[in-house]
Amino acid sequence: MREIKILAVVVVLTLITYWGVEPFAHSQMHPHVDPANYDFAQADKVSAKEQVDEKKEALEKAEAQAKATGNEKLTHIPKSEYNEAVKFEKTINDFWASNKEALSLTGNATNGATLVQANCTACHSIKKEGFPPVMDDASSAAAYGVVPPDLSTAGKLYSKEYLVGFIKEPTLASKVSHKFVDGRVHPMPSYSWMQPQEIADMVAYLQSIAPDKMTDKEVFQNACQRCHGIKYGDMLGGTMAAHTPETNIKAYMGKVPPDLSQYIRSRGAQYLHEFINDPQKHLESTAMPRVGLTKDSEEKVISYLEKVGDSKKAQREELGPKFLIYLVIFAIFAWLWKASKWRDVH
Amino acid sequence: MAKFTKANSVGEWLDQRLNTTTLNKVLMTEYWIPKDINFLWAMGVLLATTFGILVISGIFLMMYYKPDVNLAFDSVNYTIMQEVAYGWLFRHMHGVAASVVFLIIYIHMFTGIYYGSYKQGREMIWISGMLLFVVFSAAGFSGYMLPWGQMSYWAAMVITNLFGGIPFIGPDLVVWIRGDFNVADATLTRFFMLHVFLLPIVIMGLIAFHFYTLRIPHVNNQDSEELDFDAEAEKYLSGNKKESKVIPFWPIFISKDLAVLGIFLLFYFYLVFFHYEFAMDPVNFDPADNMATPAHIYPEWYFLWSYEVLRGFFFDIGPMKAFDIGLAAFGFANAIFLFLPFLDRDTKILPAHKRPAFFVWFWILMADLIVLTIWGKLPPTGANAWVGFVAATLFIVLFILLPVISKIDAKKRGA
Repeated sequence: MREIKILAVVVVLTLITYWGVEPFAHSQMHPHVDPANYDFAQADKVSAKEQVDEKKEALEKAEAQAKATGNEKLTHIPKSEYNEAVKFEKTINDFWASNKEALSLTGNATNGATLVQANCTACHSIKKEGFPPVMDDASSAAAYGVVPPDLSTAGKLYSKEYLVGFIKEPTLASKVSHKFVDGRVHPMPSYSWMQPQEIADMVAYLQSIAPDKMTDKEVFQNACQRCHGIKYGDMLGGTMAAHTPETNIKAYMGKVPPDLSQYIRSRGAQYLHEFINDPQKHLESTAMPRVGLTKDSEEKVISYLEKVGDSKKAQREELGPKFLIYLVIFAIFAWLWKASKWRDVH
Repeated sequence: MAKFTKANSVGEWLDQRLNTTTLNKVLMTEYWIPKDINFLWAMGVLLATTFGILVISGIFLMMYYKPDVNLAFDSVNYTIMQEVAYGWLFRHMHGVAASVVFLIIYIHMFTGIYYGSYKQGREMIWISGMLLFVVFSAAGFSGYMLPWGQMSYWAAMVITNLFGGIPFIGPDLVVWIRGDFNVADATLTRFFMLHVFLLPIVIMGLIAFHFYTLRIPHVNNQDSEELDFDAEAEKYLSGNKKESKVIPFWPIFISKDLAVLGIFLLFYFYLVFFHYEFAMDPVNFDPADNMATPAHIYPEWYFLWSYEVLRGFFFDIGPMKAFDIGLAAFGFANAIFLFLPFLDRDTKILPAHKRPAFFVWFWILMADLIVLTIWGKLPPTGANAWVGFVAATLFIVLFILLPVISKIDAKKRGA
């Protein structure tokens, strides 16, 4: 039938256009990245190697160009970048290897309590254990650049591997070592001078005080809200604003971290998973640290973002099929009416 | 004054005063449409319905929307989407209809081109339709601004900047359009007025005019056959419904329209509930930030082809700057369809499959527009830039060649 043929042409042309401006354009604008990996030692090994390969390729290209033009200067920057990448690959692999000892030891939580209280509570609160914040948010942000986190939940949010790594060398574990150069220091000092047993004890303590269960909102508050606000979380009450005042966080991060109210719509769950797991993947050299969330905590964050940013999802999914069933009935009656009317004229 | 006797029914009472029986005949039961049509002729009713959806959903959105740069984003994304009962449904209906309306406009337009419905006597139908397309584009653009998202802001920046390329008055014109030296609150407020008042009124007027233009030359048909509408109507009214080549608008023609509408609404509401994001750029869910440019700036899909014509000329030629060539090409692309009835030099109205050279021209144009649309969204670097250049040049060449091509067909037929 002719009309079917015409319909097929219309549908095919529409689909080609759709494919071109949606999935195809998207794939061109947003390069594919490796999926989220919660084994950070392994993930860092892969990404450091990728960096080395990338810089090597750039260097080889520059060398070929230098040879062709006789301009040796062309290789200077690629060469130093390549050397940096090789150096970093060794640093990061050595770092994760050096954590293995502390990870293999069984921690003593009682001993850890003493160590944490002696070393950490000068800056960090542990509300659950009766250590209130030393200063209000504004003052501690002024002192450190960003409000230090409360440690009551760290043992739940982060894996043992990450906690060990972070205590030893915060910049390497959170992948922001590129930011703390030329004399700039991370507000949390490195504790690599500690004995592996001591670090294992501290982690054991943090894990012993951590809650068994946390709501999606609690995970967000503990993991994200120091820097990020999510005003639609409590639009009228305003309680979901970032803890660190804007001027401080801007000085510390380079820009004010975005409000996350609509991130589930603007970025989508897939991107958020990859991004939270390793911010450098999608935004190379961003100041945002790898927070180090476990898979479970990260899912809770995204679930909270969805609850806040797409609160009518359930209603939409419930109403949709009913609407379509009604329309199918409408379409059937419309075609029957058409058939009855056109019988006379054909 | 006419003599009024006591009416026996409300219908009669109205008929005495408003002549509703005659009006009904003229507009509905004796408004004759050729029988030889396919579902593509239902696009007009689909457009009228979609426009109706846009107006009604728009009215509901307007009750909560705030045209102020500090409030606009949250009024859309929080108040309407989360607080207002079914506000999300109205927004999705409005957003999806705004995109789908252009798909149907394009189908409607290319149906007209394929069957030669713009020619000899039907020029005003075509011209009024193209004017509708232009005003719909303006309405789409002004509406896209309103949520004050990142892409809204930068699209407004880029598009208003284009007027700066107009000789002599350009820079002043940009300031006049924006109402400020920058895209700012004044711009948002005036675009709000344009989107919710002036442009819809103009569209309604143009729709009425577009309908009116059909009355004298009548609707074209699949074989572009010239019908004696009076004689055919006579046959129909005398009971020879099967022999007559025409049908009344009501109820025969409209019954087919409604059947097509049923399928269309299924497709449309499927998009509204399950695939609304195709019509809402994710970048626009970031609030406008005048300090950070999005990585890629591109318009909605329905403007991509003309955007690519603008971008296609990416290098200076002699003394002419790339930007000026692009702007001239962009102006050409947006105006040239209006002149289609006069560029087509064939003396006869025929569907494209009966005009061999035009048939090839038509499908090359379709392919070229799809290429322009797709490459309009891709980053304009490397090979992409050259694809854009070739496609944009081809677009212009096609229209320059049209008078020759349409004459070749006429000559071959021995005309």
